[in-house]
Amino acid sequence: MISSRFSKLLSWSYLIALYGFIFLPVAVLVLFSFQDGRLPVPPFNGATLKWYGEVFADSRLMSALGNSLMVALGSATVACVLGFCAAYGLARFVLPASRLQRGLLIAPMTVSYLIIALGLLTTFNWVGVSLSLWTVGIGHVVINLPLCFAIIYASMGDHQKNIERAARDLGAAEWQVMTQVSAPMLMPSILAAFFLAVTFSWDEFIIAFLLSRFDVTLPVEIWSMLRSGLNPKTNAVGSVVFLVSVALLLILELIVFRRTAKK
Amino acid sequence: MTAPVSIRNATKTFGDFTALDDVSLEIAAGEFIVLLGPSGCGKTTLLSLLGGFLSPTSGTIEIDGKDMGDVAPAKRPTTTMFQDYALFPHMTLRDNVAFGLKMRKVGKAERHAKAEELLDMVGLKTSANKKPHELSGGQRQRVALARALAVEPDVLLLDEPLGALDLKLRRQMQDELKAIQKRVGTTFVHVTHDQEEAMAIADRIVVMNAGKIEDVGSPENIYMQPKTLFSASFMGEVNFIPGTLESATETTLTIKTALGSVELPAFDHAGFTPDSQVTLAIRPEHFRASTGTGPRVTLGKAKVEDGSFFGTHHRAHLSPLDYPGMTITAHMPQSAIIEPGAWVELTLDPASIVLLPGHPPHPIQESAAS
Repeated sequence: MISSRFSKLLSWSYLIALYGFIFLPVAVLVLFSFQDGRLPVPPFNGATLKWYGEVFADSRLMSALGNSLMVALGSATVACVLGFCAAYGLARFVLPASRLQRGLLIAPMTVSYLIIALGLLTTFNWVGVSLSLWTVGIGHVVINLPLCFAIIYASMGDHQKNIERAARDLGAAEWQVMTQVSAPMLMPSILAAFFLAVTFSWDEFIIAFLLSRFDVTLPVEIWSMLRSGLNPKTNAVGSVVFLVSVALLLILELIVFRRTAKK
Repeated sequence: MTAPVSIRNATKTFGDFTALDDVSLEIAAGEFIVLLGPSGCGKTTLLSLLGGFLSPTSGTIEIDGKDMGDVAPAKRPTTTMFQDYALFPHMTLRDNVAFGLKMRKVGKAERHAKAEELLDMVGLKTSANKKPHELSGGQRQRVALARALAVEPDVLLLDEPLGALDLKLRRQMQDELKAIQKRVGTTFVHVTHDQEEAMAIADRIVVMNAGKIEDVGSPENIYMQPKTLFSASFMGEVNFIPGTLESATETTLTIKTALGSVELPAFDHAGFTPDSQVTLAIRPEHFRASTGTGPRVTLGKAKVEDGSFFGTHHRAHLSPLDYPGMTITAHMPQSAIIEPGAWVELTLDPASIVLLPGHPPHPIQESAAS
């Protein structure tokens, strides 16, 4: 009896500690973004929305936010299109060394972002491409393509293969099969890949930092703010970044997983 | 639309395995052909050759007199109805049925009208806006049929389309398929392993085994006058009584069996030479009461082992006096009283006995169960 109560207590404390460990830093960040004072450290002096006002009034932060959205949506779209094409090819046709090709497509997942950024930086210098939001976008396609490919490839089963065969039998050309049958049929997993890629690009710092010059993304702008010290404004902008990530995950959950559950 | 199909010496091998071995078959325009056989007999391979999903290792396939050698599935005058329906899950029934017309660049209004007409034909007009996942298995199968017929193919290929349905629904769909085929006049090539389904719908049945055609003919022909032991046993229950041809005259064949000598009229059994191995094939329902009019042959007396009532008849197992190790299955009249241990006469109309070349792999059916 006692031991069972004790173990129950223990498992509850473990659970609380676990979630505390994960979410406490974020909770503290969000809490002190409302700090009525100049320093985002205890004690908490009372709530104000002043810092959020400053964030939205800051033209540099706002243009960085716009850049981030542009890079995230653009690179996720490109990564999904390329990932879908690669998955379709490898799942539906007999290709030479297809195992190796699958491995090569997924391999960049295991390489650190720093190494990828250095490699791209060297390549761009060598080819003579100057750094811009385009180069950041290319970097994000490089890191998100393996993810998009893996998610979409995993959802291509033999059942869909038969449906594609039926479409061909009814006179569809290969591109029509892809655009009118396969892609709509795989839309839940394509959307899942898309929203994950957007989230990853939205949060990404190292590649965005090393491959950009004048126009920067939001994480890079936040980093340069942090160099002049902590203040509740950085907390506020951090909270905005966090909120957008949460919103993306909620969209993913609501649109994508609800759609899959319905089928 | 409709067209004849001509298959000449088609062979298909997969590595060392020969799926289809030198098969030739002529199918007339508007015919309902059923390819019947156990799994692995080559019937689905033959269908895939017609649809263009596989190409023959050797031999030719012609549809409407045109060689299909280099014609892709999309360009052939054929469509396929798949066993797992293969409907487009993200489209309404209307869009599913209209898909083939859309690929042929038919305008939206026209193709939707045609799709609704076909959905009406299969009894799903009011469901045109539903998605496939809202339908039952039988309804999905109807949509698959409407979709395949919407493009007015010359030849419709049906790959075990009723295999996933329960028995009652399957019988109902068979009748519908047959009625629709008569209405549209398209050549249907239908694959199944269910001989009752084959008999219910086919104009002609093609019995296949081990990559070869064993028998071709109308359902009545295949059932009553099968050409091979395999064909006889696959089409329904049959008793095989192995024997040797003793003598053959102009009018009479005499066959020596474990149950004594049997004399059969010679007219339909030409081509057998004396001393060759032959088998008498007898359907259970062909045993007759010994008192009656018409020609009769007898295989001696047999003891009733057991019997069960099947509604339309009693099915009884008998063991012959001359060879008690053999089990004979016979259907007896509804009104008969089956008493285990009773003796009956094995009497037959000689015209109902089919003489086949060769011996079955297991010459005598040992009575294992009884």
